[in-house]
Amino acid sequence: MDYSSIDILLVEDNENDAELAMRELKKNKLTSNLYHVRDGEEAFDFIYGTGKYVGVRSIENLPRVILLDIQMPKVNGIEVLEKIKADGQTNAIPVVILTSSNESPDIQKCYKLGANSYIVKPVNFEGYSLAIKELGLYWLLLNRPPEL
Amino acid sequence: MPKVNGIEVLEKIKADERTKAIPVVILTSSNQSPDIKKCYGLGVNSYIIKPVEFEAYAKAIKELGLYWLLLNRPPE
Repeated sequence: MDYSSIDILLVEDNENDAELAMRELKKNKLTSNLYHVRDGEEAFDFIYGTGKYVGVRSIENLPRVILLDIQMPKVNGIEVLEKIKADGQTNAIPVVILTSSNESPDIQKCYKLGANSYIVKPVNFEGYSLAIKELGLYWLLLNRPPEL
Repeated sequence: MPKVNGIEVLEKIKADERTKAIPVVILTSSNQSPDIKKCYGLGVNSYIIKPVEFEAYAKAIKELGLYWLLLNRPPE
C-alpha cells in the first residue's frame, strides 16, 4: 500500500457502508487509492502522520478528498472537521460530510465550520451506491483540487 | 469580473456569519495555482475550471447542477 498518494480518505465506523463505498469507487474506476479509517482519532493520525502512521505518512502528502461520517466513536466527525478547517496546513482539503443525520443543526454547523459539501446517506442500497458514484465523479473528476 | 471580482465576493460571503453557509462554487477559466489555493483558503466549497469546448462546458454545468441541487444537502 502506497500511503503517500491517497485520493480519498474515508472516515467511517460502519463497516458495511465503508466496504460498499470503496467497492463502488473502485468498480467505477474512479480510484483505487483509497484509505479507510474507523474513527476520528485514526483520521488525525493518518492526516498528521502520528500514532501508528509515524514514518509511513506525513502532513506533506494530504489526501485529495476526505469523506467524513459524523457519528463515530472516540472523536466524532464534527471535531475532525473543526480541526482540519482550523489548521492552515489542512484547511484546503475538500471535506464531504457523508452521514445519516438529516438534522438541521448538524447541517448548519458543518457548513459554518467549513464543510465543502454535506450528503445525507440514502437508506437503500441502490441509492447509496449511486450517491457514492456521483460524489466520486464530482470530487475526483470535475472539481479542481488545491495543490496539496 | 468588472468592479468587484469573484475572490472579493467569496471573501465577503465566507466572512459573514449570515451568508457563510451558502455553498459557493467557483467557475472560472483560471487554472492558476495561486488562485485555486487562495479560494480554498477563503472557504470555497468547490472550484471548477470551465472547459473550453462548448460540449464539455455544457456537460460540466449539468453535472455541477445535479450535484449541488440534487445530491448535496443545502443548509436551511
